[in-house]
Amino acid sequence: MDDALQQLMALVARLPGLGPRSARRVVLQLMKNRETQLQPLLAALQRVDAALSACDICGNLDTRNPCRICTDPKRDPALLCVVADVADLWALERGRLFAGRYHVLGGMLSALDGVGPDDLSIAQLQARVAGDPPITEVVLAMNATLEGQTTAHFVAEALEGLGAKVTQLAHGVPVGGELDYLDEGTLAQALRLRRPLA
Amino acid sequence: MLSFDDEALVLTTLPHGENGAVVRFLSLTGGLRAGYVPGARGKAKRALIHPGNRVALHLSARAEGQLPGATLELLESRALLAFEPRAAAMLAWLAELTATATAEAVPHPRLAAALDALLTGLGAGMDATAAQAALARYELLLLAEEGFGLDLTACALGGPASDLAFVSPRSGRAVSREKSSGQPWEAQLLPLPRFLLDGGPATPADVAQALTLSAHFLRAHWLNNDLREATRNRAIGSARPTP
Repeated sequence: MDDALQQLMALVARLPGLGPRSARRVVLQLMKNRETQLQPLLAALQRVDAALSACDICGNLDTRNPCRICTDPKRDPALLCVVADVADLWALERGRLFAGRYHVLGGMLSALDGVGPDDLSIAQLQARVAGDPPITEVVLAMNATLEGQTTAHFVAEALEGLGAKVTQLAHGVPVGGELDYLDEGTLAQALRLRRPLA
Repeated sequence: MLSFDDEALVLTTLPHGENGAVVRFLSLTGGLRAGYVPGARGKAKRALIHPGNRVALHLSARAEGQLPGATLELLESRALLAFEPRAAAMLAWLAELTATATAEAVPHPRLAAALDALLTGLGAGMDATAAQAALARYELLLLAEEGFGLDLTACALGGPASDLAFVSPRSGRAVSREKSSGQPWEAQLLPLPRFLLDGGPATPADVAQALTLSAHFLRAHWLNNDLREATRNRAIGSARPTP
């Protein structure tokens, strides 16, 4: 097989969720549909590559800088949601769940992975919260893992005294979850954070 | 064919492949063990591999030296610790320290029992001073288990054992107040809080001395990078980011 094709398959195989076999299928599909799939994909990749950058304000990845979210006038500038990664921001945006703006930390604290406070954009977050426009609430949307929660506690401490209310996503029974199948950690947290119905 | 069954505490997880993870455990009788847990990051299993969880562990491999596959059953969840700032920071440090400082497959039953008891105490809402005292004891126990233990049974200079008040920063041996008094090196000695000798109650000042003592000897072996130091500082509550 041609070296260029081999290289293309090797590159596709390195993408998340794909292996060598699925990479071969993807490449074959693109080759068979050169005009309807390969060329539009190539053009889209080139357009994104030419314009892609991390937003100077929030850290989101977009083809504009500042990103569309930071420049959207319909969003509430007093609300800020802090996420660990761009993937988390996109997850929240998929459901259009949050009406405010975002701040991407760029990871979670982990000594094992060599990520310390200086590797995260915590100083930029503090500057945003203390600066203009005034931010009234910071929502910490971190994973319910030890690393996620350790990072959330650290960020909450870093934001103390800056005047914004700091809140965190709720943890408990997921929508559609059956109690019988939940682990006891989730159940215990759900019980601890129970709320009155009437 | 390797087959290993024991109760164990989950320490750290390293994502591997699409959904799996290489998980390190501290087995109650078999020491540090690692195993590959397929699907560990999927919905069904991710709660199992939370650090601190006590699990029934089964490891199996076709040959010695091969990373075994692990199957787990949850015995006690410690997931709630992650939602309390102090407990989360302490759990993160304990897991990191234990996973990196202990040798693999060397039995450490005392260490495992101490870690299990400390995590149980944190879950029961142990107060900050007691938790930090327990952390200092755990760090000193870990040093001892790895062969770097302090000798707190007698005075290195022949003074009375009832008067032990300091530890030599070089040898790790205790020194009595009487023998060190007025010596030119007295200021270099590390204070030895009484509760480490008699197991009695500890004041916040005692705990601070104990943590300084354990940090000094940990620094020589594992606290040799800034990130670990920062993780430990968060665990003992002295880290406060400045705007």
